[in-house]
Amino acid sequence: MDLFSNLALGFSTAGSPENLLFCLIGVLLGTLIGVLPGIGATATIAMLLPITFQLEPVSSLIMLAGIYYGAQYGGSTTAILINMPGESSSAVTAIDGYQMARKGRAGAALSIAALGSFFAGTVSTFLVAIFAIPLTGIALQFGAAEYFSLMIVGLVSSIALAHGSIVKALAMVALGLLLGLVGTDIYTGTPRFTLGIREYADGLNFVAVAVGVFGVAEILRNLEGEKTRTVLMAKVSGLLPTRDDFRKMFAPVIRGTVIGSALGILPGGGAILAAFASYTVEKRLSDTPEEFGHGAVAGVAGPESANNAGAQTSFIPLLTLGIPANPVMALMVGAMIIQGIVPGPNVAIEQPALFWGIIASMWIGNLMLVVLNLPLIGLWVKLLTIPYYVLFPIIMAFCSIGVYSVNSNVYDLYAVAFFGIAGYLLVKLRCEPAPLLLGFVLGPLLEENLRRAMILSRGDPTTFVTRPISAFLLLIAFAVLVVVFLPAVKAKREAVFQEED
Amino acid sequence: MKSLSLDTTNALCGAILIGLGGFFIYQCLNLELGTAFRMGPGYFPLLLAIILTLLGFVILIQAARVHGEPLGPVAWRGMLFILPAPIFFGLTVRGLGFVPSLFFTALIACFASHRMKPLTAIALSIALTVFSVAVFSYALGLPFERFGPWVRF
Repeated sequence: MDLFSNLALGFSTAGSPENLLFCLIGVLLGTLIGVLPGIGATATIAMLLPITFQLEPVSSLIMLAGIYYGAQYGGSTTAILINMPGESSSAVTAIDGYQMARKGRAGAALSIAALGSFFAGTVSTFLVAIFAIPLTGIALQFGAAEYFSLMIVGLVSSIALAHGSIVKALAMVALGLLLGLVGTDIYTGTPRFTLGIREYADGLNFVAVAVGVFGVAEILRNLEGEKTRTVLMAKVSGLLPTRDDFRKMFAPVIRGTVIGSALGILPGGGAILAAFASYTVEKRLSDTPEEFGHGAVAGVAGPESANNAGAQTSFIPLLTLGIPANPVMALMVGAMIIQGIVPGPNVAIEQPALFWGIIASMWIGNLMLVVLNLPLIGLWVKLLTIPYYVLFPIIMAFCSIGVYSVNSNVYDLYAVAFFGIAGYLLVKLRCEPAPLLLGFVLGPLLEENLRRAMILSRGDPTTFVTRPISAFLLLIAFAVLVVVFLPAVKAKREAVFQEED
Repeated sequence: MKSLSLDTTNALCGAILIGLGGFFIYQCLNLELGTAFRMGPGYFPLLLAIILTLLGFVILIQAARVHGEPLGPVAWRGMLFILPAPIFFGLTVRGLGFVPSLFFTALIACFASHRMKPLTAIALSIALTVFSVAVFSYALGLPFERFGPWVRF
């Protein structure tokens, strides 16, 4: 069996003592930063990216993947304990998780989240392993037109997932794409939108934009009110869920895993959609829907599993096509390029140890989270009591170091300040930053493939609809857009996002 | 007809997007457009900038109909101290070197909160600097000059 020999290769790579150590460090650091309120996975990875530069490519990517799971787990912890989700995908967990915590069942809620995530992580890791190779085969047949259409699907689905106005989300995508084009035009070498600043000729630094829009803007938002957080310090006891809890969580976890795995593959941030979808499904199927919103076990178990499964399978488009499905994956692309690896279908063929090592380390990382973090929960809770005014100078200092160390370009630091204020302005104007960032990453790729496709077709735009795969992808994108604008769906979508607030 | 009142948030958002779109369109005019067959550097950006401007107008028009929540409080003090922190780091990290530059960066950021007391701020900045130098400079070996030419005697 090819699959098993591949997985064996992966586990022997990821299981080497130093890689295990880096995975462990990654998981711990990720949780540590992810638990701090107001910093999501994107900002965490952006901050910690520089510490992986000195490592071997495999170790550095394993560590980054560990940081990612850790940060996500940390996000769920804050969602449950202080009703403050680190990022949107754990926002659903906060609805019922926080209510469970208020009823004195914080420990059980945390365990349910961790166990559900672990189960989902195990299943979806296998899915990644099974589907990676056939999908790579398909990916090798992709031409410029197909890549272009696939990215359109990604951008359109990121719009569907954004909060609030769809028109604003569309505008954010357009703005992000434009910002992504800042720098030197690849075909002619003409500088574009650099305002004559030579340091921006290579384009705006992605880490700087991500830190500004997600990190600094978030700090500013938290400084607005400066209210003291009500931390549920009532001891987190009774970690083990009761037998009744296990019974209640079993089916939701399995359903969540299925939903999450399927939606996570979609480029455009499937993990968030998965969590929402799972919550809605559980509420619909439940015998006691009135419990939802007041601490239902299924409302924690389902979305957490879905969210984690989606996080795992969102590696599939990255590993097979080299297309990042969400901002976190975009950071991974950045890390791979810094390590000299060009993401895409060739990675699996040319560097099997790296490819399968990452897949194996996903499972190891999930295992470490369960084994290590549940006992350490007391420590994470302590972290929550650190007052915010002590935290943000630390965050700002680390962000500055992190951004500067990527390229040693001081202009990247000015970009952080600029995108910090821009990101804050967007938040104030109720625009979502996630579609902007995805557009920013995909901008250059989209333009390159568009231009290449047009040259190949001798200027005939019908090439996008006459090539079958491309036409199919565009049809999906169109369908998503139509569905989002349907009045019935629009109303429901607003209701779902309302619930979150 | 009801009196024409605009939702401030959306009106502002639309106006800003139109402005940005206009800026990008203006910039594109200096670039070679090319044809659909061989697109020049300006073709795709111009297309995007036009879309952005149009969406800005849509939002502006919507502002007359839909009304949302007001803007809410603005973190003026936060902006005043948080934003200069990375800029200061950028301006001084080569001249002053990593250690002093980081210390002052942290110190500036500290004052964004009115709860921070001066002594705590200094203590926190010192601790943070010591920790970062140990981790980033010594342990990870990032190529930062610890003390730059401005502070060498």
